Amino acid sequence: MNPTAPVLDISDFSVVYRTPGGDVRAVSDVNLALHPGEVVGLAGESGSGKSTLVYAACRLLRAPALITGGSVTYCGRRAAGPTDVLQLGGHELQQLRWREIAMVFQSAMNALNPVLNVRDQITDAIHAHLRMSRGAALKKAGSLLDLVGIPRGRLRSYPHELSGGMRQRVMIAMALAADPEIVIMDEPTTALDVVVQRDILAQIVELKEQLGFAILFITHDLSLLLELADRIAVMYSGQLMEIATATAIHRQPAHPYTRGLLNSFPSLHGPRRELAGIPGTPPDLRHPPAGCPFLPRCGYGTDACRTVDMRLERVADPAGLEHLTACPFVRPDTPAPDRPSTAAGQELPA
Amino acid sequence: MSSNGADQDAANRDVVSAAAARGPLAMEAVSISKDFRLGHATVLHAVREVSFALYRGAVVALVGESGSGKSTVARLLAGQERLTSGEIRLDGNRVDPSTRRSFRRYKSHVQLVFQDPFSSLNPVHTVRHHLERPVRLHQGRKSRAEVAGEVGTLLDQVRLIPAGQFTGKYPHELSGGQRQRVSFARALAAKPAVLLADEPVSMLDVSIRLEMLSLLNDLRNRFKLALLYITHDIASARYFADEVLVMYAGQIVERGPAEELTQHPAHPYTQLLVASAPDPDNLGGTLRASGTSFRSPGAGTPGAGQPAAAAAGARAQAAATTVRGCPFSPRCPLADDRCRTDAPALLPVSAGRAAACWRLDVAAPGVLAEGRGGL
Repeated sequence: MNPTAPVLDISDFSVVYRTPGGDVRAVSDVNLALHPGEVVGLAGESGSGKSTLVYAACRLLRAPALITGGSVTYCGRRAAGPTDVLQLGGHELQQLRWREIAMVFQSAMNALNPVLNVRDQITDAIHAHLRMSRGAALKKAGSLLDLVGIPRGRLRSYPHELSGGMRQRVMIAMALAADPEIVIMDEPTTALDVVVQRDILAQIVELKEQLGFAILFITHDLSLLLELADRIAVMYSGQLMEIATATAIHRQPAHPYTRGLLNSFPSLHGPRRELAGIPGTPPDLRHPPAGCPFLPRCGYGTDACRTVDMRLERVADPAGLEHLTACPFVRPDTPAPDRPSTAAGQELPA
Repeated sequence: MSSNGADQDAANRDVVSAAAARGPLAMEAVSISKDFRLGHATVLHAVREVSFALYRGAVVALVGESGSGKSTVARLLAGQERLTSGEIRLDGNRVDPSTRRSFRRYKSHVQLVFQDPFSSLNPVHTVRHHLERPVRLHQGRKSRAEVAGEVGTLLDQVRLIPAGQFTGKYPHELSGGQRQRVSFARALAAKPAVLLADEPVSMLDVSIRLEMLSLLNDLRNRFKLALLYITHDIASARYFADEVLVMYAGQIVERGPAEELTQHPAHPYTQLLVASAPDPDNLGGTLRASGTSFRSPGAGTPGAGQPAAAAAGARAQAAATTVRGCPFSPRCPLADDRCRTDAPALLPVSAGRAAACWRLDVAAPGVLAEGRGGL
């Protein structure tokens, strides 16, 4: 899809959490690339390892989290050549963060310092990462607020004086302070109302078009990604289950887990569908099952799944774009299984 | 305001609730209001003249954004806040849960489930403790064995199976979904007629939400619960509720049968809510085609910072002080002079539906035409 080299390339990446009860394999052999200007959505439920993957790749985790394998390569326009993120020392990391890779966290209330006003908040970040005079930093702070549609009068406001949406906008403005190549967004709109959420997403898309950064968007809400992302990676139990364009995920989902997710959210538009959901709970990652981790919850499962190799394989895509799935048995044209996949069995009233 | 309230009352009586077909009337809110004092000069009208009814075996959804007053309605119905005016009726009788005794009796009929299963359970107590207490409080004298049996039944009902595996666990040993099931079980322990669920699934993963809603659905059928489902997710209300009430700035601006209301919203605010919900079938349409194609009215565009501030400010202002006119008028694309000076009453628009809007002829001509045919 993108002939250009990826700006961030995560390959064969594994992360464990060392605990007294044994290693928790939070991320296993993940391959994921982000191309310049692209929006990649990373979808998965809590505990699927989506945040661990991204935080570890940015070197934001410390013990007991441990990177056990793989590589993370960053290659930005301003960089001289590919950088191995996992080998960087403290100073180089400081150079990478914010300037090249910026982050927007989920809970703006907790991410902003409650005793600093917006102006100090933003100029602090600018001074920490860029060489700039005080006057220039102040000017920059003002223009960043313009960018996200907050009146400059708000520079003197404290976080508690701002609405949830405004706080999130301030976070986005701060992330954009150094004109980064990549913006990582970890559930930036989950705590917000639908109306505000939509405004902010529209704004993010607009800024992306304007400034040309790439976005890695982490969320458990697949319906949001279908609209927002160019490509979607679906993660389950520390492994990637499926990667494809948003259109392919929506129209021809291959992996049973993706199908389950798509069947989980009530839609407001279009005819009422029968919703099935996904019964059961994710496996314990201290003792991951052999074969496919989704098997206990899967309606398509057979005995062969117990020994299956969870390697991503290509499936035929009508548009000729890359579409990978970890399930060797179910293809986009495989019909849904006869037996109900809900253990609960209950349907919402028609 | 008071004449307006009388109008709304009349309107509400004219509108036959879509939930009424399911079962007998359980609980009624009649023109309830709640003011909060902010300092000595400012009053926040959190809930203004809200009326609706809950029926056994029916789900009524209360939809609105944060700050719209929907949680305050739940707290008023649960007896946790005192009404500023209006009354609450349980089985036709006015309730006054002001004394300890009457409050406890009231609680055995009306139970509340909170949004956050992480903070609504006590971290130092086991599941057994959480369930034994309400059983002892609300189900009269029971032997130790009977109480234990009842706890097992409750866990069974919320599908925490096998029950024995869960009774000794502490909240931190449970997943979010399991904790919320414990909250449901705790509410059921009182054998209530009315269950008030305040955003019961919004803290949970999307993949678990459906299972929880189907559990709630199962429980209301089994125990003929009158269920008030409070949410900001209008899509789940479409699937789950019989009737939907849309709340804005402390008032109900539109109500009607779930399917009709969500598919043909009449009030401009409801239309905004519906348009804001993610729409996977419109792949990349509104969000990606051009970043600016969709903007909620009044939200403004970047660079033109003023409207954005106005919208954010308008929300707080609408609830905080006595606004003249329609509370939604500062954000409404259709607002005219009358909208800014006179508050519209909640009036019937078609069978089972009512909306509070002066400009329905422009906002929803289709719904109005249908109403004229039907009424």
